[in-house]
Amino acid sequence: MILRDFGPTVICCTPSYALHLAQEAKAMNMDLKSFKLRVGIFGAEPWSKAMREEIEKSFGITALDIYGLSEVIGPGIAMECIEAHNGMHIFEDHFIVETINPQTGEVLAEGQEGELVFTSLSREAIPLIRYRSGDISRLITEPCRCGRAHIKMERALKRSDDMLIISGANIFPAQVEAILVEIEGLEPRYQLIVDKAGALDALELNVEVSDKIFSDSGSVKELQKIEQRIVKDMQDYLGVEPRVKLVGPNTLPKAGAKVVDKRRM
Amino acid sequence: MKVEQISVFLENKPGTLQQATRVLKDANINIRTLSVAETADFGILRLIVNDVEKANKVLKESGFQVSKTPVVAVEVPDRPGGLHSVMEAVSKEGINVEYLYAFVEKSGENAVIIFRFDNPEKAIDILTKNNFTVVPGKKLYEF
Repeated sequence: MILRDFGPTVICCTPSYALHLAQEAKAMNMDLKSFKLRVGIFGAEPWSKAMREEIEKSFGITALDIYGLSEVIGPGIAMECIEAHNGMHIFEDHFIVETINPQTGEVLAEGQEGELVFTSLSREAIPLIRYRSGDISRLITEPCRCGRAHIKMERALKRSDDMLIISGANIFPAQVEAILVEIEGLEPRYQLIVDKAGALDALELNVEVSDKIFSDSGSVKELQKIEQRIVKDMQDYLGVEPRVKLVGPNTLPKAGAKVVDKRRM
Repeated sequence: MKVEQISVFLENKPGTLQQATRVLKDANINIRTLSVAETADFGILRLIVNDVEKANKVLKESGFQVSKTPVVAVEVPDRPGGLHSVMEAVSKEGINVEYLYAFVEKSGENAVIIFRFDNPEKAIDILTKNNFTVVPGKKLYEF
């Protein structure tokens, strides 16, 4: 409604939310292409080429990728230019960028794949010096046809750690573990399954039923209370709402494979 | 006077109940009565069996999450109002029933109702005072 009535020419959100909007518009028989939108700026989560094409097609816009880090500035470290539509220009007047080998910390030559490291130049309250982003990418040094001299980075689709990005929220499995051990009687035997439900990310959290939580009552109520507590704590601390499923003892893999990411990039 | 019920956690997917009943069959355990509580994701199988310890052991060994839950078995005449008389007695005293299930004795004259009360001790006390027959576990297992 706002898109139609106010007629903005630029939209900025997460790519999955854009797809969600497109689906809703379709369901309401609205043609997004008839709106005034010209450009979309999308980021905060990894998205595929197919998603970009789908967004461009359903909105009738050029979709641009933006890159940021919550710890540094949020969105606004780098963004694609509309002319080349390929690689994000890093705002080098505000940030110095380097790529390093995540294992050794050794600085790599520009153009080699490695972990991005940023130093802020203009931030006064919380300056960051050689801050490790955890994002794996490659710098593009070739001149851009848009004429900007700022160096470009490729889309960061890999991480140097086990961080997950779910609907724009950053989550480490260790945080989920910390939430589970805080709940009386639960053991952190769990598995996170990330998938797409339509356009949006869906998180499923399987937790094994421990002796302790099943010991006294054998009652459905007690187990449901635990499920609700897990959902609430995940929302409060991590900003995601998982579908929690209690599973039998020793049914989840013991080591590794605590995270299954079924989203295809 | 309490009866021990075996509670088994079951994931809600085809075959889990069958696995539990197979384990019991292979251990030659007879199920006196049972009930299944279910939610969207999981269920709890509640069993009264002829050998509580053995059932507990074999189910645990087969990887099930098992617990023993104290319940109360009450014998009521198998006729209209049988259950109601029990409910009347416990509700007057403010005792809450979490769940219940029942079976009819082989002789066919009485029904046995298995109650999970929030306060089993107090419930047994009230029921005995009101001349209900609270069936001890031993008798129930050997019916």
